[in-house]
Amino acid sequence: MLRFLLKRALGAVLTLFTVSVLTFGMFFALPRDPVSGMCPKNCDPQRLERVRQELGLRDPLVDQYANYLKGIVAGRDLGGAQGGRCDAPCLGWSYVNNEAVTDTLARVLPVTVSIVVPAAIGWLLLGVGLGMVSALRPGSWWDRAAIGFSLTGASVPLYVVGAVLLLVFVYTLRWLPVPAYTPLATDPLRWAGGLVLAWCSLAFLYSAIYARLFRAQLLETLSEDFVRTARAKGLSNTRVYGKHALRAAIAPVVTVAGLDVGAALGGTVITETTFGLPGLGRAAVDAVRAGDLPMIMATVLVAAVFVVLANLLVDLLYAAIDPRVRLG
Amino acid sequence: MVPYLCVDDLRVSFTGRDGAVRAVDGLSFAVQRGRTLAVVGESGSGKSVTALAVLGLLDARQATVAGRITLGGRQLVGRPEAEVRRLRGRDMAMIFQDPLSALHPYYPVGRQIAEAYRVHHRRAGRAQTRRHVVELLGRVGIAQPQRCYDQYPHEFSGGMRQRAMIAMALVNDPALLIADEPTTALDVTVQARILDLLADLQVEFDTAILLVTHDLGVVAQVADDVLVMYAGRAVEQGSAEQVLRRPQHPYTWGLLSSVPSWHGDPATDLAAIAGSPPSLTDVPAGCAFHPRCRYAADTNGRCRVERPELRSAGAPGHRVACHLGDEQRARRYARDFAGVTR
Repeated sequence: MLRFLLKRALGAVLTLFTVSVLTFGMFFALPRDPVSGMCPKNCDPQRLERVRQELGLRDPLVDQYANYLKGIVAGRDLGGAQGGRCDAPCLGWSYVNNEAVTDTLARVLPVTVSIVVPAAIGWLLLGVGLGMVSALRPGSWWDRAAIGFSLTGASVPLYVVGAVLLLVFVYTLRWLPVPAYTPLATDPLRWAGGLVLAWCSLAFLYSAIYARLFRAQLLETLSEDFVRTARAKGLSNTRVYGKHALRAAIAPVVTVAGLDVGAALGGTVITETTFGLPGLGRAAVDAVRAGDLPMIMATVLVAAVFVVLANLLVDLLYAAIDPRVRLG
Repeated sequence: MVPYLCVDDLRVSFTGRDGAVRAVDGLSFAVQRGRTLAVVGESGSGKSVTALAVLGLLDARQATVAGRITLGGRQLVGRPEAEVRRLRGRDMAMIFQDPLSALHPYYPVGRQIAEAYRVHHRRAGRAQTRRHVVELLGRVGIAQPQRCYDQYPHEFSGGMRQRAMIAMALVNDPALLIADEPTTALDVTVQARILDLLADLQVEFDTAILLVTHDLGVVAQVADDVLVMYAGRAVEQGSAEQVLRRPQHPYTWGLLSSVPSWHGDPATDLAAIAGSPPSLTDVPAGCAFHPRCRYAADTNGRCRVERPELRSAGAPGHRVACHLGDEQRARRYARDFAGVTR
């Protein structure tokens, strides 16, 4: 187990290193002056030159990258205009936002997490529930309704669902406030009220996929010999489905869910844009538009960290579910 | 003595896309406690379906079961599912063919057996159940039963898995044990040991055993009575001695002569039965076996139109479904098969 974790940690560091090198390299390969986006329109050449100096853009590329890495691990000193000392993990200074990148992240990350985590719980419960209902009565009215729901969820884009929900619940019925982010600690009710539409749209979209995945898995599992054995013992249907079939059918769902949640935490761009929520996805899009290198690097790295962590978590969960899986 | 399991005119049909399929068509047999009835036939002859019908494990949405199945005096067909469930695993239990796929891969073996016990003994405590299961694991010949209790099926060998499966079936001391090809997935030496174990346990528990198999070697080793099935019907029925030593049906002759024998001449090829078993959607008219029977022409076409009923084949208890008269059959058997079968 310890060996497994060490191996995976090493793999994660390598992955993140590669991701950062690629992002860094890609940025400088683009035919665009990194500084042009960083100061107002009527920027004079002297000021541009100063920014270049402060960002270290005159240094060799390798030195720049090494400096960046050093900042993450040990912190580094930025120029006076960049707020001076920047503690580890230092991801640089954004001239566009005029603050340290870590401060921006600390502001936008909770928004994305607040969107994704409750939405994921919702789509898992809804997807597994629907899948179960339709697998237990294949061909029935329930099954058809669930499949129809899945098909709709999978084929209507999120911004359409989001727009309809906004129109109905916010602008027509006025049951909900205009979506906005309030920290959970400040006011849980306003936190939920401002995010509930985002949760619902995401859950609708994803539960569609999960319902179909789980239905197929469960149908396959129900035809397994060990399910027949469970029946032959004289177990009730509840126990046969709820214990023997469910545990075997849920394993692949866990895998997909882990990866989906990991990817979503890296930024739910469309959701955040549709509902005007200032999360990581929006920050990433803004950074790309403005050519804000430190911010782009940071959002890509954070997204990569989530994906790597999600993969690790999936492996651990899988080993917990299936005793045949050996970690190592 | 009243047989523990009585099956009378059992009919099972499946409704599929190709219309109704008659998997079992008017089957009757009985098994007493302490005795073993072997149901023999090729794949698709309806033997496994019969076993599942007795246990009530056929999906009611797909299969229609008619006739009478009486277990210890209780009629099972048409009984509410909740009541049949209480008998399942307690009064009748099943050993499946492939113990690797029949055991749940995610739960320790001991716990799976314990579950079978506790579902019928609600008041049994954890410690007591565990003691009972560990003792049983030891009795079916698993070394270190304490340790094996917490191991998973994939950590067991094939023979150990089948022993665990047997322990699971016996955990509630059932009066009827149904074994569907219990040794097919095992290699020959393990096979022999498992059969010995079953025989010992049968004496100990006074169990009625319904053994479903295609392996006549297994039949010779353990069966008291034999039922030969073809296309969902019984074609020959009798004691093991009668069916194996003085077989009456041409299909049984074919089955027996396709088994290699120690005493046979290795130079002569094994006789195979010509053709293949019929599809159950399209069972031949008359005697279902007639297209493959080399004597079908000897009855002036009767085999092609009229279905033979089971009738006495001379000796008491020995029955056969064939249009050929006893003497006609005796002559043909002496001419074509004497010395070939063992």
